[in-house]
Amino acid sequence: MNRPITGLFAMFVILFAVLVGFTSRWTVFESKSLRDNPLNRRVLLEELEINRGEIKAQDGTVLAHSVKAAGKTWKREYPTGALFAQTVGWSYPGQGITDTGTELYRRDVLLGRSNSISSTIGRIQGHKKQGGSVKTWLDTEAQKVALRSLAGRAGSVVAMDPRTGAVRVMASVPDFAPSPANLARAAKSSGSPLLNRVTQARYPPGSTFKVVTAVAAIDSGQYTPTSTVDGKSPQVFSGVPLNNDDKVSYDNVDLTTALTFSINTAWANVASDLGRVTMAKYMSRFGFDSKPQLDYPPRQMTASGARVKGSIVPPTDDRVDLARLSIGQDKLLVTPIQMMEVAAAVANHGVLMQPRIGDQIINTDGQSSRVLPEEQGRVMRPSTALAVTEMMKKVVQEGTGTAAALSGIEVAGKTGTAQIDPLQNLTQPWFIAFAPADNPTIAIAVTVERSFGGFGGTIAAPIARDVMEVLLRNSPGRRIP
Amino acid sequence: MSDRNRELFALVPASLLLVGGFAAVFIQDSATLSSVSLSYGAVFLGLCLAGHVVVRVTVPHADPYLFPIVAVLASVGLVVIYRIDADLARAQAQWFVVALIFFAATLIFLRDYRKLERYRYTIAAASLALLLLPRVPGLGQQANGAFLGVRLPGGIVFQPTEFAKIGIVIFLASYLRDTRQVLVQGARRVAGITIPKLKHLGPLLLIWGAAMLMLIFIRDLGSSLMFFGGFLAVLYVATDRLSFPLIGFLMFSLGAWFLATHVGHVHDRVDAWLNPFDPVLYDRPGGSYQLAQSLFAQSDGGVLGKGLGASILTLPGGGNLVPAPQTDLIYSVITDELGLTGACGVILCYLLFVARGFKIATIARDSFSTLLAVGLTSVLALQVFVIVGGVTRVIPLTGVTLPFISYGGSSLVANFVLAALLLLISDRARRPA
Repeated sequence: MNRPITGLFAMFVILFAVLVGFTSRWTVFESKSLRDNPLNRRVLLEELEINRGEIKAQDGTVLAHSVKAAGKTWKREYPTGALFAQTVGWSYPGQGITDTGTELYRRDVLLGRSNSISSTIGRIQGHKKQGGSVKTWLDTEAQKVALRSLAGRAGSVVAMDPRTGAVRVMASVPDFAPSPANLARAAKSSGSPLLNRVTQARYPPGSTFKVVTAVAAIDSGQYTPTSTVDGKSPQVFSGVPLNNDDKVSYDNVDLTTALTFSINTAWANVASDLGRVTMAKYMSRFGFDSKPQLDYPPRQMTASGARVKGSIVPPTDDRVDLARLSIGQDKLLVTPIQMMEVAAAVANHGVLMQPRIGDQIINTDGQSSRVLPEEQGRVMRPSTALAVTEMMKKVVQEGTGTAAALSGIEVAGKTGTAQIDPLQNLTQPWFIAFAPADNPTIAIAVTVERSFGGFGGTIAAPIARDVMEVLLRNSPGRRIP
Repeated sequence: MSDRNRELFALVPASLLLVGGFAAVFIQDSATLSSVSLSYGAVFLGLCLAGHVVVRVTVPHADPYLFPIVAVLASVGLVVIYRIDADLARAQAQWFVVALIFFAATLIFLRDYRKLERYRYTIAAASLALLLLPRVPGLGQQANGAFLGVRLPGGIVFQPTEFAKIGIVIFLASYLRDTRQVLVQGARRVAGITIPKLKHLGPLLLIWGAAMLMLIFIRDLGSSLMFFGGFLAVLYVATDRLSFPLIGFLMFSLGAWFLATHVGHVHDRVDAWLNPFDPVLYDRPGGSYQLAQSLFAQSDGGVLGKGLGASILTLPGGGNLVPAPQTDLIYSVITDELGLTGACGVILCYLLFVARGFKIATIARDSFSTLLAVGLTSVLALQVFVIVGGVTRVIPLTGVTLPFISYGGSSLVANFVLAALLLLISDRARRPA
């Protein structure tokens, strides 16, 4: 009877080999796809057991930290409440809410998923439940001032150091204190408080865009600040008459005056003369037509530029009315951070730095590393930057932006007042600026939605002044590595 | 070194495995290493030594590897159950003691196990009665559609199938020893296939019918496969005709297919097996949630595993993520925590057990002993295949225990009795004439 026993044993060897084969299939060969299976909650449960690291402001204020929750899990809290709601974002994976903002962008660091060798050893030892932390450039005091100055009006303030790209203020109103309950409420709110207006809103920039046209004019070599252009009102562009503010007519006016008093027809003439290709070139150097290069989730950012049926079209496209584009009208829609970058490029001698929320990454092992400043690119020659700075100084000294003037510190800026609904007299006031004008450490953009007859110079410029005042005090011209 | 001393020394690594396992769970739980794990190990070693002494006295010539292999599997079970729930582990440890008592009793009182042959019809009837017990109203307990448990006074759930499998194997070994000659001799050969005479075929068909009835009554594909597979294994060895088990397997498959398409919960199991990640099946009660969680747990383990105590078993709000971790899905928990490596180790232990079992069968001096050893070994091997195959999605998942490892008194006691019977057979076979 031994022959069949051998056969039987062989069969069981094969059956057990099949078991080993299938176990290998799940543990090794299909392990990854099983982990990615939407029904598999293990990845999420693991995440809940990690003490996600802190997010801090530049002064060390804790903006986000984790506290003990049920079982071995942790939950996120935001001690500063609404102060940096959209900028820091939120993380409530247990509630099925997707991460946003810095919480999302720095997710791997915060969860301790860095790739250093020591962490790998830590993982083998099983000590992987602590995440790393992130120190940002954000300034709590200036942010408070920004929110207080907006005083509940929908709008945004964004400011950075033009030399490094360090983002100091990023305020978006309406705001809310992140919590699962508030998020559910905010998602239904008509004011879209979940939106980070600094990076996601699309507004007509109004006359602040004339800075871009001015840079293109002078840097192309075709104009100087003293070149004169026709500023009569009205003039016909693309078959439709264009007026200056209050229909004031200027005969031959130089570019400095044209910027100081924001003369529409003069800049429309300049842009028509420069042509589509030159305008397209400078816009793209400033970062228009693509998403901001901010350390922030791409899906929470939008590109600035002329939009036809929702999609960006370059100024070289015939559907774009170049003359009106050059004064921030027509199809042009921009984000506040883009307009702040316009001011920053001029402030930093023509070099645009990539904006950065993050300053330092401190991983689980306590090793810290700086987020290094990086150039986004040279937008204009230093001489152009200098010339445009002088023109923007005049705006604050004697033009439309006098409300932004600070005592003892020179400010360079440009106002904008986009018409939203002329019948109801609704406007979108803007102000972009940098200071101190000769050695800038702050670039800023302020805008307010749906102001009732307000102007950039009266509504936005005072907010910019208040925020800059705090920031200049907090960063006294120090050079950051 | 004598066989018995070899057995004695082999028990030491089994105890060390337990010490190491408990220490690992302690460290994970409280980040401190207490000497308690050592004392657990000492108690375990003590119990194994007691078992060893009984073996030494009653069956001095028995196979020296079987008992240490069982000890290793039991220690893995205790450690993993402790990791899942300390209270359950305490209960399991008590069952381990009870199982050792039954083990010793079997060795002492059944020294001449061949007298069992005399009671084969009584044993067969008792086994069938045991199988039907869960269907008795007020006594039986239904779990996931299958009738496998009996609730005894005192809250103990008794699993009669675990004992019935031994009784039925005893009956089959005895019955086939008598009839194996006539099954082959009177048979005709048609196209190279041996077909036994109808009057001899009758009892075989009866057993097939019984297996089908069992399927219908207890509604469990897994245990039916185990019983019928054991029968075919014994039949094959008894007749040395491959056609017998092949025809039997075909008939069983037909029956199983019929049930899978006509009995609701068997059909559900097959559906879940085919589409474990179908969201509708996943959410349905008795659907594919269990199988999907089993696969997710294994995927987390990888090659080396998460480490004892480090896998995710429960939900933050309480409740199990992995259902039935201490019984049906214990293999998945082992794979999660000890990885493919640990899982292969466990499979290898079972393969060693099976190899020893068949070795005993080949050296046995009479056909009843051979067939009994083959039957007992095959039933245990099939039980391993049914549950591990179920949780690794080789076959539809049905709930049988993983022998010596899963939580449960009936399973532990019955399998220790099974091991004792194998030791008795091997002692008789190896006894110098």
